[in-house]
Amino acid sequence: MSRIAKRFATLKAENRAGLVSFIMANDPDRATCQRVLNGLPAAGADLIELGMPFTDPMADGPAIQLAAQRALAAGGSLRGTLEMVAEFRKTDKDTPVILMGYYNPIYAWGAEKFAGDAALAGVDGLIIVDLPPEEAGELVPHLRAAAIDFIVLTTPTSDDARLPVVLANASGFVYYVSIAGITGTGSATKSAIEEAVSRIRHHTDLPVCVGFGIKTPDQAAEVARLAEGAVVGSAIVSVLAETKSAEAPLALVKELAVGVREARR
Amino acid sequence: MQSLNTYRAGPDERGHFGIFGGRYVAETLMPLILQVEKAYAAAKADPAFEAEFRELLAQYVGRPNPLYFARRLTEAFGGAKIFLKREDLNHTGAHKINNCIGQILLARRMGKQRIIAETGAGQHGVATATVCALFGMQCVIYMGSTDIERQMPNVYRMKLLGAEVKPVTSGAATLKDAMNDALRDWVSNVDSTYYLIGTVAGPHPYPAMVRDFQSVIGEEVRAQIMAAEGRLPDSLVACIGGGSNAMGLFHPFLDEPSVRIIGVEAAGHGLDKLHAASLTGGKPGVLHGNRTYLLQDGDGQIAEAHSISAGLDYPGIGPEHSWLHESGRVEYVSIKDDEAVEAFQQCTRLEGIIPALESSHAIAYAGKIAPNLPKDHLMVINLSGRGDKDVSTIAKALGDVHLGGLV
Repeated sequence: MSRIAKRFATLKAENRAGLVSFIMANDPDRATCQRVLNGLPAAGADLIELGMPFTDPMADGPAIQLAAQRALAAGGSLRGTLEMVAEFRKTDKDTPVILMGYYNPIYAWGAEKFAGDAALAGVDGLIIVDLPPEEAGELVPHLRAAAIDFIVLTTPTSDDARLPVVLANASGFVYYVSIAGITGTGSATKSAIEEAVSRIRHHTDLPVCVGFGIKTPDQAAEVARLAEGAVVGSAIVSVLAETKSAEAPLALVKELAVGVREARR
Repeated sequence: MQSLNTYRAGPDERGHFGIFGGRYVAETLMPLILQVEKAYAAAKADPAFEAEFRELLAQYVGRPNPLYFARRLTEAFGGAKIFLKREDLNHTGAHKINNCIGQILLARRMGKQRIIAETGAGQHGVATATVCALFGMQCVIYMGSTDIERQMPNVYRMKLLGAEVKPVTSGAATLKDAMNDALRDWVSNVDSTYYLIGTVAGPHPYPAMVRDFQSVIGEEVRAQIMAAEGRLPDSLVACIGGGSNAMGLFHPFLDEPSVRIIGVEAAGHGLDKLHAASLTGGKPGVLHGNRTYLLQDGDGQIAEAHSISAGLDYPGIGPEHSWLHESGRVEYVSIKDDEAVEAFQQCTRLEGIIPALESSHAIAYAGKIAPNLPKDHLMVINLSGRGDKDVSTIAKALGDVHLGGLV
């Protein structure tokens, strides 16, 4: 069983949702970022999304755009991102790590070679923002061969006709992008999320994680009642940007984890 | 796949020209992109759509514009017979308006009321603001703050036309960054908004659609040169940023083997320094919805382009150009900033025509090869736009010696 499947099985047994926390690799520098990454499981992150820095993050709002700029200015690269995952795996064998970003750095690496190298580093899944099902055929078979999950994004614009097309490639879990917009901006209403998640469940048995616009423990708790996971990114990244230390973002993750863990009690 | 006996059949049904093109966009946008594709296919098959497009090109844009025999440039070059396709005489002063007319009609068919666009030199922004004024639609233009500074007259024109100009400060604050922000806007306003892309790039169907609307340039050239000379031209020369004026001129001639076709990229300070020559100095990658040649580093990070001409200052190129490059049908060359400035002055002084700095790249390359060609060689240069917008950039480039008093 993959780390991702195992983790969701454990969460189910504990009758709770998971906290999925996002940070950008190499933000604000390698050492600080590695401290945050290594500290995430103890702070209560159940799954980790690690951003692959890219010069042109077209689907991201200001917080994550700036994180990518800081990461690149500090020498960040796809190679560095894999090195960080390998380093993390020295101390944690169980927490799933999902890389999230844009396709060009992977294409430049070579899709097949990258899948193999990512698996060696200990990567469990990939979220590629600009690789819709229409183009995913050039990457997905290589990921399957390397036992890496391709996590698909569904959005408020994914209707019942579109969902089966998107979900055809899916494994691991489904990431529901709860607003039609960029990261770190507006938040969806509870009823909108509820409706969307139930629609997704008609088409798949995979766990559903909800992201975009979740900033506070209360919001995370609300989502945790509706889905298998709540994704928080921009809020953590913003705290890291303000303090430039590993402690403050980990403290926020702790608060978010409490929100998620207490949601179904 | 394209069949072997034609260069004009692409893209395939998935929007691919060979390995180039495609639809590399966020899932939020995919349903809308598919709608645009469907709506465009329906419009293309509708004679009423075509008739309204042609009517507006004639009555509003002022087409056909002349294919002008440039006697003094011909004499100065001392070889090939030089013709200028006068896109600069279109309403709003560049070829950009052709595509904007087509797409605003499509946006109206799709029931969209809000139009967004990116712009580099401001010509596409002005053309978009113009058609939005004409059709009474809300208009938001994304423009890099670097470009706003060097193209101030166009910024003010857009504002006068009722558009909101949003400055973009990320990255180098030029065309690439403006396109990022336009895509972010689109993802956030999918229901209300139509993205009017200004060049033959972006996700399918944009590269093919923009090419189709711009092909009026090449179609006219074909009829005009037949009328003037009784035969096809021997060569075509056009500048390339994203490549829409070039594709519009080239496409109707791709299957004429006797016609030599040359695209001129911007070599900026030089190919070993900062430049914008994606085909000459880049490699295939994925950005802004399509796979195409991109300026990038070994890690797949996109490099900043440089050209003195804001309209060519982009690290990518339309995917069909990438395919024509690899297939060898079109020659792609490059011209440096200083060579373009020189050609700008030459055309202005000799012909009394102030060309856009973008088009000046094409003139400069023509000036390199024309002297060695026979006098009966017919060469068509696409004069894609007028250069009034570039006067202060030129004054700066020339310093106090010539026009310094202006800056």
